[in-house]
Parts: sequence; C-alpha cells; structure tokens
Amino acid sequence: MHVTSPVREPLIQGGKTYADVTEDICRHVEGTPTKEWKIAFGISLLVLAYGSVCLAWTWWEGLGVWGLNKTVGWAWDITNFVWWVGIGHAGTLISAILLLFRQKWRTSINRAAEAMTIFAVICAASFILMHMGRPWMAYWALPLPNAFGSLWVNFNSPLVWDVFAISTYFSVSLVFWYIGLIPDLATIRDRATSKVSRLMYGTFAMGWDGSAKTWARYEYISLILAGLSTPLVLSVHTIVSMDFATSVIPGWHTTIFPPYFVAGAIFSGFAMVQNLMLITRVVYKLEDYITLEHIETMNKVITLTGSVVGVAYITEFFIAWYSGVEYEYYAFFNRMTGPYWWAYWAMMTCNVISPQLFWSRKLRRSITFTFFISVVVNIGMWFERFVIIVTSLHRDYIPSSWAMFSPTRYDIGDYIFSFGLFFTLFLLFSKYLPVVNMAEVKAVIRSTSANLPSKIAGVAKVRQRGAAEPAFNKDQE
Amino acid sequence: MAELSGKYLVGVYDDDDTVLHAVPRLRKAGVKIKEVYSPFPIHGLDEALGHPRTRIGIAAFMFGVTGCCCALTLMIWTMGIDWPMIVGGKDPISIPNYIPITFELTVLFTAFGMVTTFFISNGLGPGTHFHPRFDVRSTDNKFVMAIDLGRNSMSVEEISRALKDSGAEEVNIKQF
Repeated sequence: MHVTSPVREPLIQGGKTYADVTEDICRHVEGTPTKEWKIAFGISLLVLAYGSVCLAWTWWEGLGVWGLNKTVGWAWDITNFVWWVGIGHAGTLISAILLLFRQKWRTSINRAAEAMTIFAVICAASFILMHMGRPWMAYWALPLPNAFGSLWVNFNSPLVWDVFAISTYFSVSLVFWYIGLIPDLATIRDRATSKVSRLMYGTFAMGWDGSAKTWARYEYISLILAGLSTPLVLSVHTIVSMDFATSVIPGWHTTIFPPYFVAGAIFSGFAMVQNLMLITRVVYKLEDYITLEHIETMNKVITLTGSVVGVAYITEFFIAWYSGVEYEYYAFFNRMTGPYWWAYWAMMTCNVISPQLFWSRKLRRSITFTFFISVVVNIGMWFERFVIIVTSLHRDYIPSSWAMFSPTRYDIGDYIFSFGLFFTLFLLFSKYLPVVNMAEVKAVIRSTSANLPSKIAGVAKVRQRGAAEPAFNKDQE
Repeated sequence: MAELSGKYLVGVYDDDDTVLHAVPRLRKAGVKIKEVYSPFPIHGLDEALGHPRTRIGIAAFMFGVTGCCCALTLMIWTMGIDWPMIVGGKDPISIPNYIPITFELTVLFTAFGMVTTFFISNGLGPGTHFHPRFDVRSTDNKFVMAIDLGRNSMSVEEISRALKDSGAEEVNIKQF
C-alpha cells in the first residue's frame, strides 16, 4: 500500500488526479498554438535564417572567413561544440542516472531535459560539420577505406573516438527519449479528434496498448537503457576532453580533464534545463508539476557540480605549478594575467563564485535568481571552453608566432545559427509533444502528491495527520 | 464455449492499488485473466498475473557481445592486418586505444538490439495503430482488466460478480 509522507514536500502540487495529469499536459499539444508561442517561434526562425546565411557563406567561402590564424587554429567552433555537448549531458543525467538512483523528482523534468539533449547534440554536431571546412566529405570520418582505397581511419585518434562517441550518444539518447514518449503518444492518440493527429500520433505510438506485459518489459528496457546511458554520458565528455588531453599543448594535456569536463557538462546542462523549465512551466502553466522543490533540487546539483568545477580549476593550477614544467606554469599564469585575463576571470566569477550563492535556501528557491544564475553559469561555461582552447593556443613555444584571436561576424553568425536551430527545435517539441512525461508523473503521484485519487481510507488517515502539507503549499505561492 | 469466442468481459477500475489486489483474488477464484491495461506501470502486476519474467536482458547481453566483437574485429583487421600503420608510436594492434570505440559499439548494439527485440516481442510497430483496445480510457486514468470468456469455464454472471466484488466500477462486454 502507498503511504504518503507527512514530512516530505509533495512532488506534484494542486491535488491532481490521473485524469488531471492527462488534461494538463495534453492541453498545449491539442490546442492551437498560442500567440506567445508564435512570436517565439517567429523569432527563432529569424535567428535561424540569419545564422543559416552566415553558415552558407562559411561553407561557400571556406574557413578563411573565420578569425582563425596559424597560431589559433581552433577557436569558437570547438568552444561551441564542447559547450553544446556539455549542455546535452544534463538530459541523459536526469533520465538515466537519476532513474538508477530512483529519484522520483526527475519525472516532471526528464522529458524536456532529454529533448534538450537531442537538440543540443544536433547543435554540437553542426559545429563538427562546420569546422571540417568541407562538410560534404564528412563521411570520411566513418570507418570506410579512405578515398575508397585501402587506407582506413586512424582508430588510435581521439577525434575518431569522438565520431563514435557522439553518434552513439545521439542515437542512444534518441532511442531512450522516443521509448519514453510512446506511452504518452498513445494517450494523445486515444484523445485525438482530428484524423491527421490520430494518424500521426497513432503511427508514432506504434500500437501501444499499455498491457501489464508490455509495461513490465518497458520498465526493464528503460532500466537497461539507463544503465547503458550512464557510462555513456561519462564516456562522451571524457572522450571530448581527450581530444585535448592527448595532445602536447601546455594547458591541454591534463589528466584531470575527463572528470573535470564531465562535471562541467552536468553543471552547464542543469543550468540550461533550469532556463528552459522556468520558461516552460510558466508558458504552459505547469507550476504544479515543476515545483519549487524541483527547481531547488536542480540548484543543489548546480552547486555540487559548480564546486567540483571550482576544485578542478584550482587543482589544475596547483599541478601546473607543482609539475615544475615552465611551459605548463606559464600557460596557466598567462590565462590569469595575460591578454585574455578577462575571459579567465569571467569564467571564475560565473562558475566558481555564482553557484555558491545557492547555499542560501532563500536564493535557491527564488525563481528570478535561479534564472539569472542559470544564464550566468551558461555564460561561464562557454568562457571555460574558450579559455581552455584559445588561451592555450595563442601563446606558442616561439614568441614570434604569438597571436590573438578575435571573432569575425561569421564566427558569431555560426554561433547564432546554433541558437536558432536549438530554439526552433525546442519550440516545435514543446508544442507538438507532451513536455512532461505523463505516464511517469502518474506513477509517482500517489506516493508524492498532495492529492489522493484513491478510495483507500488508510492513506487518507496518514494524510490527515500530515499537518505539514498546507505549509508547503503556502510556501509554493 | 464456441458462442463465447471473441467475447471479452472488461472490468474497469479507477485505482491502481485496487486492480493490483483484485488480480490475485480473481485468479484464486478461478478466473483466467487475459491481460490488464494501465496508463502507467504498476509494480508487481505482471507477477500477480503470472507472467514469466522477461528474458529481454539475455537478448540485450547477446547484442552487447556482438557489438563488442564487431568493434574489435573491425579495428584489429583494419589497423593491424589490412593496412598496418604506426601513428604516434602506438602499435598497429593496441587494445587500450581500442577501448573507447569498443565500448561505444557495445552500447550501440545493445541499445538498438534490445529496443528492436522489445518492439518485436510486444508486437509494436508503425502500422499497428489500429490495434483493438478494450477501453480507450486505459491510456488516460482507468485500469482495465480483460477476461477472455472463450477461455473461462465460469459463466458471464459469475465472472461479472467477481469483478464487481474485487472493486471494478464498470463491467462491460466487448466482442471482436
């Protein structure tokens, strides 16, 4: 029998029944797009169009239109790639790692977070294609005999590992997300009134009937997929970090990179989830599903990962000094005091100091402050990648080849392209698919909700005893 | 029995706990339950219905082993046999360097193989969206128990009464 804790805050507010969950979540899918959605979508499309023109010109003219030079041969392209891949990680973390840890609070946010993963990885992949210069040759990265002769790709290279890691990550995340969507698609199919939506949702629901046998297998494969995705998350950003760490550039060949990159990825990913969820909950009126409790819990994860990242920065610095390698020490000292000092200190302020403010419960539960800090964290994490890449490259071993990097309008335009792409995809998702996983929310509503749809008297008694609940509701407002 | 084939008695419950407790009770009373449909997974329901434990994990393991072997074969053959090449002082066949791709392909094969097995074993797939369902509310807020009358020796009234006694709020007859 389910027992509701009188002590713990309910995960779903507002006394929802199972039917309420369906109604609340399906409303935006079934209704016509709102004016706000149309405006947001219009802006996204405009941004995407502007970015596409910049991207088309980049490919037409070649990478010469970027601000790269012989010394700084990698800059915004890889910065943006690593940043977007990192953002993607929170989605898998929420869906996989928190599933393994039986964290019930994940159910309200996992769907949107997973969608964010998919779109973020698409944006990341676009930068891989961009920086190839000749994107029509992208298939050369696949294990095909090069030029159709007998030479193969180099499997010893971390860049080839990246191809496998990112494509596996994308495919597995997509499968995980889609499997999670099927029961909800079936719900929408069964409520659909128009022929087109019945056909579309019916096709993608694949004949889901929700039988006990199907659910048992479904839960089983979800668990295995979570078990597979968890090391996958770690492996992807570990391999991304190895792109740098296996090189000989001071500031890059650091053994701390894998865990440090993974923590940074989760850090920025959670910040992006916060940004998206804070907007989504207001726009789609999901305040009862994405509650202050969810926001606070995510802020705790941001504080934890932010602290890990802070420790990593300090460790990196300590090792640069302790190793006794003058080039290594110079690279780090130069980051702090050299021409890119502003980028370094922007990174330190945004990533190390700002999440520590969440130790205050009041700030952690403030929606405006959370939104602000999430934006700050995302900016900080972009600067982190920029600092690692550009400051390590701009001072070569030979002072005569020292150079600076400044972005051209195409560097910026291509970055804008990725924003346009991301928000266009996310807005389409949020309109046509349920942003909250209905089946999973229904499964946790009994044991966590402030409401009781059941007739079971025993639970009602426990609830009556739980005098703490009205206080939580008050707090919510 | 022939006149009952294709006829189903459908019990509609409004609570997951009730249906979970109804299943063993009805089975004890001699009712053969075809299936229970619910909008979300109910833990313990498949065991209560007597469904055998799923073996999809074995399939997943086999796919994983296949992925692992494919990855190692690909890399050992291309790098070590077809076009041996030393890059960065690493041996043509150097297993530690092959670990990342081996891991990725193992995961990829496992995930896709397991999900395909899941779809096939449950009869799910595009084009099966006209699957007959006993009650459309089973994907919304109701818990629906289907009893194949052709496979039960008890009378319709007896089963109907047992369903009502176990907490069903509605009992309907469906003919397919």
